[in-house]
Amino acid sequence: MATHATPLADWLVILPVLLCLGGGALLLVLRRAPAWQPWLCLAILFGVLAVDGLLLARILASGPVSMTMGRWLPPFGISFTADAMGVLFATMSALVAVAVVLSLLGEAPESAVRDGVYPLLLLLMAGVGGAFLTGDLFNLYVWFEVMLIASFGLVVLAGNPLQLDAAVKYGIVNLVATTLFLMALGLLYGALGTLNMADIIGAAGKADRLVLTVIAGLFALAFAIKAAVFPVNAWLPASYHTPPAPISALLGGVLTKVGVYALLRVLALLPTERAMLSPAITAVAIATMLLGPLSAIAETNLRRAVGFLLIGGIGIAITGAATAGAVPGAIVYVGQSILVMAALYLVAGLIERATGTTDTREMGGLYAASSRLSIMFFALVLAIAGVPPFLGFWPKLLLLQGLIGAGDWLLALSLLLSSLLTLIAGARLWSFVFWHPRHAPLLRPPSYAPAILLVGTVLLLGVAPNLLIGIGMVAAHDLADPARYVVAVGLAP
Amino acid sequence: MNTLIFRTTAPIIAVVTCTFSLILLLRGHNDPGGGFIAGLLAASAAIVLGMALGVGTVRRLLRVNPIAIAGAGVLLAAASGAVSAFAGAPYLTGLWLPLHVFGTPGLFDIGVYLTVFGTVTAIALALEDGGEGA
Repeated sequence: MATHATPLADWLVILPVLLCLGGGALLLVLRRAPAWQPWLCLAILFGVLAVDGLLLARILASGPVSMTMGRWLPPFGISFTADAMGVLFATMSALVAVAVVLSLLGEAPESAVRDGVYPLLLLLMAGVGGAFLTGDLFNLYVWFEVMLIASFGLVVLAGNPLQLDAAVKYGIVNLVATTLFLMALGLLYGALGTLNMADIIGAAGKADRLVLTVIAGLFALAFAIKAAVFPVNAWLPASYHTPPAPISALLGGVLTKVGVYALLRVLALLPTERAMLSPAITAVAIATMLLGPLSAIAETNLRRAVGFLLIGGIGIAITGAATAGAVPGAIVYVGQSILVMAALYLVAGLIERATGTTDTREMGGLYAASSRLSIMFFALVLAIAGVPPFLGFWPKLLLLQGLIGAGDWLLALSLLLSSLLTLIAGARLWSFVFWHPRHAPLLRPPSYAPAILLVGTVLLLGVAPNLLIGIGMVAAHDLADPARYVVAVGLAP
Repeated sequence: MNTLIFRTTAPIIAVVTCTFSLILLLRGHNDPGGGFIAGLLAASAAIVLGMALGVGTVRRLLRVNPIAIAGAGVLLAAASGAVSAFAGAPYLTGLWLPLHVFGTPGLFDIGVYLTVFGTVTAIALALEDGGEGA
């Protein structure tokens, strides 16, 4: 039993999850007061954002923070351990959640509020926060399940046939992924006798490398399904465009990134096995980053096309799991991609509402009609493609530096080609949606403010990327040399 | 299901089941039992009543929507873990009154009880009335 007192400041580690979980439960109790729900939800998410910010500042100043539940000693109790990578993603996710709630404010139909869109959203954020902050692999599995159940509810909320169809595909494939994850956990526990992340780092050296490589491969497959990596990505374009735009912004921005995070984290715990798996991950990363934007070029449904761009980004992000040199770039890439993809889904939703159609061939004429939509869409396309000085440029620069430094020319060239294809896909969408002539009058879309909030943040971080790059460097350093992480949990390095 | 025998005995069965569920909940601290299994038992009482007297009657008897009960349970369980903040201990640390008569693990178990009871009852009642008055 741990006897030393736990300072109140350490509670920052658990608060993002606790606030979301308690808030979601509170909103369930208050389901008879629909008028209060969005405001309470918003207040809780602002609280989470503030806590994440404080936690990030503390980690940058003095290293990872950990708390082991119930006064148990570390490898036996369940640890919550926050390092720069997890908290960076958690902060970005909280920011996205705030924008999503803001855009649901005026838009969510009364039936959606009655059926619990806000409690589900908070439970989803509890799962996301837990996944990013936990220091225990089994606990990570639990948060994956929380996330899956909440997101399943959010997808089917409106209950039309298209959404039910999407939910079945989404649900079944993701259940297969979590089952694989659970099997890998059982095998890993059998091989090492521990599931505490900090403890795994030390224990992995004494186990059979071949067994661990198989287990790492199983983990990689499970997380690849979650992250929508080619060839197990078919569920994403089949489901993410069906819920209302703010919900698909939350799913598209945040959920796949949790899969990427888990992949980066678990393979960083087993660096030798990562090196063994590297050729396979490199191959699927290249396929994903090229096929995503290629599919987006051929797609005519706007939000499905955005989904394919998202898949292309996932391919770029998992290069961090293929080569150690790409880790800093991959972390910064995932961090910014949470914001950019959510913003793009929100703007795509606004475009669909303004034109009254989801088919890009029938859109058109927005360039003259709405300068704000044009500017936001254009900026986001450039941010995804990685044109300086937009946000996507900096992580791609870091990735190229890392890849070329490691002599990995194949990945580096694929990354450049993928960026070019993304730019072509974006420009093609742009010409259809904004430049084609239009005959029908435009409809009035809901408030632009949430999208402007996200796009503004993207633009700001694009011209002042030092903070983000700095965090990425610290995160990558702690991932490559986990001594600080292990000591923070309370184990011998 | 709508026989005289069933309708007469169902309330008695429900009362016995509910009482037994409370006993299970409280003895779960040291002996087999606990919030989860006790919550299932209490929910089965609500299900029996629903089959005998109709779902509307059960909803009226409960007064509160079962989903709200489940929410209150999660809230109670989460809050019971946070009490340890005042004792300088990590989240979910068990804290006890003098003589160990009651403590935060008991509160947590009651939270689990409410959550399981509310969730299972909500699902069962929705199935019994075909998802009408949810």
